[in-house]
Amino acid sequence: QEPQASGLPEYIKIVEVGPRDGLQNEKVIVPTDIKIELINQLSKTGLPAIEVTSFVSSKWVPQMADHKEVMRGIERHPGVQYPVLTPNLKGFHSAIAAGATEVSVFGAASESFSKMNINCSIEESIEKFEEVTKSARNMNIPVRGYVSCALGCPYEGNVIPDKVAEVSKRLYSMGCYEISLGDTVGVGTPGSMKKMLEAVMKEIPLSALAVHCHDTYGQALANILTAIQMGVAVVDSSVAGLGGCPYAKGATGNVATEDVIYMLNGLGINTGVNLYAVMEAGNFICTALNKKTNSKVAQASFSTGTI
Amino acid sequence: QVSSAAAGGYPKRVKVVEVGPRDGLQNEKNVVPTPVKINLINMLSETGLQVIEATSFVSPKWVPQMADHTEVMQGINKLPGISYPVLTPNLKGFQAAVAAGAKEVSIFGAASELFTKKNINCSIEESLERFEEVMKAAREASIPVRGYVSCVLGCPYEGKISAAKVAEVSKKMYSMGCYEISLGDTIGVGTPGSMKEMLAAVIKEVPVGALAVHCHDTYGQALANILVALQMGVSVVDASVAGLGGCPYAQGASGNVATEDLVYMLNGLGIHTGVDLQKLMDTGTFICNALNRRTNSKVSQASCRL
Repeated sequence: QEPQASGLPEYIKIVEVGPRDGLQNEKVIVPTDIKIELINQLSKTGLPAIEVTSFVSSKWVPQMADHKEVMRGIERHPGVQYPVLTPNLKGFHSAIAAGATEVSVFGAASESFSKMNINCSIEESIEKFEEVTKSARNMNIPVRGYVSCALGCPYEGNVIPDKVAEVSKRLYSMGCYEISLGDTVGVGTPGSMKKMLEAVMKEIPLSALAVHCHDTYGQALANILTAIQMGVAVVDSSVAGLGGCPYAKGATGNVATEDVIYMLNGLGINTGVNLYAVMEAGNFICTALNKKTNSKVAQASFSTGTI
Repeated sequence: QVSSAAAGGYPKRVKVVEVGPRDGLQNEKNVVPTPVKINLINMLSETGLQVIEATSFVSPKWVPQMADHTEVMQGINKLPGISYPVLTPNLKGFQAAVAAGAKEVSIFGAASELFTKKNINCSIEESLERFEEVMKAAREASIPVRGYVSCVLGCPYEGKISAAKVAEVSKKMYSMGCYEISLGDTIGVGTPGSMKEMLAAVIKEVPVGALAVHCHDTYGQALANILVALQMGVSVVDASVAGLGGCPYAQGASGNVATEDLVYMLNGLGIHTGVDLQKLMDTGTFICNALNRRTNSKVSQASCRL
């Protein structure tokens, strides 16, 4: 990846997490056919990766109970990846049976968060993931690793960069091809983003890093800009900014894909994504959810009639 | 490969110019009574902010929300060390402002001919001639003048605006005697790319120490744009408490960037502002209650665990 004269990547891969991370954190649950339609619309926008669903027990995440139907029901466009979450070996087998060709595992840089979220320590969760990556390797299935609480934890507060680096390294060493660093509660700022990335970059090649920023404190785009100035070339985002923050009632969560693309377009960075097509998909899902978009670009574009 | 921007530093201190009581309230649907405006400014005066734009001495025929400019100017507590600039579009407004006790004024230029025509019904050149009268009177009265340039990253009528034009207008206003030039992304269409290009051109004509950025968050780009400006050496940033002030060119869309969100970012960067974020949030809560509206500040929204 040759940097431009500006030092920024020429191309950035956008990983669309709206159908999974977004919908999982919305108050209203949408029917299966709406989920499938959303993913099909997103498949036509040029997005290279769309996180489809989560193969987790419907007891814990009822919004993703229809994971098999969604996986089997979507159109699979050539050149587009459709990763799914698999918290353990059981979920992994189920995902493969339903036709998944890429999976994700979720670690965390905070013991308290790990305990509260999946009821085990970071070490125990890593052991579970190792079962998944071992099976995945045997089947040539790529695995993406997420590290939550990379810039702060709702229970522990501050998270030290070296801890993020340590967990990232474990996930990368066990075979994850990419590590997505998540600012789970959106408390990060360009200052903490820089420090965290400096620590992680000592352990993981830059090309294997992604950032997953939440906009709960309005810092997401500034944090993403900082990350791409440091050479990160993969950014997670959610169409229409779907998915609120479960830790701050009424607050926003995921950064909106439209707003990220608008910024990257303005920087002359190629994403391959058609912004208007994403706005249309965003409009579709917001209508279905009966809610206003969280994307400022979409709000402004619909207001001025440019859409 | 780390870009030079990331490797470079940030200013150690940033002066935050609070525009909520003027730019904010002027662009809100609901009008607030004079005592509420005065209380807002008094509360802001307790937060550590050093500059608070108080009101606008423009005819109430054009801007009814600012009709009470004299009462507001005379009613507020003016704390030592804090500046309370007011807008003065012409000599008449300037004289009224000084009579009401103003010690600093602001004038508004634009980098777009069409915008100037639609807004104040003259060309850029003519508008600068009008300002020259204000500059002369201000010089005689030893009153500092801040210059604003609108549409620096795009115009609702002309679309794209050339960086060279922004540099030209900024240079003229600086040469006329404005001590500071605030570059405004009036419709919020700018991105870190266009911000960088524009500032590179302006910095050739005006010292970076005399520059400020006034970013609108209509497309969610404000903090990213401000970050780039800081990386280029700008150390004065305009913002509006609670993100008051919608965009008059895109109904329902947001306008000014929220002071709380800006201060949160600057705090995270270890940049000194002197502003107490909690007191600022409390002030935002007060004015939003008075306006019967939700805050536009994400920091405020997130911090409110109802």
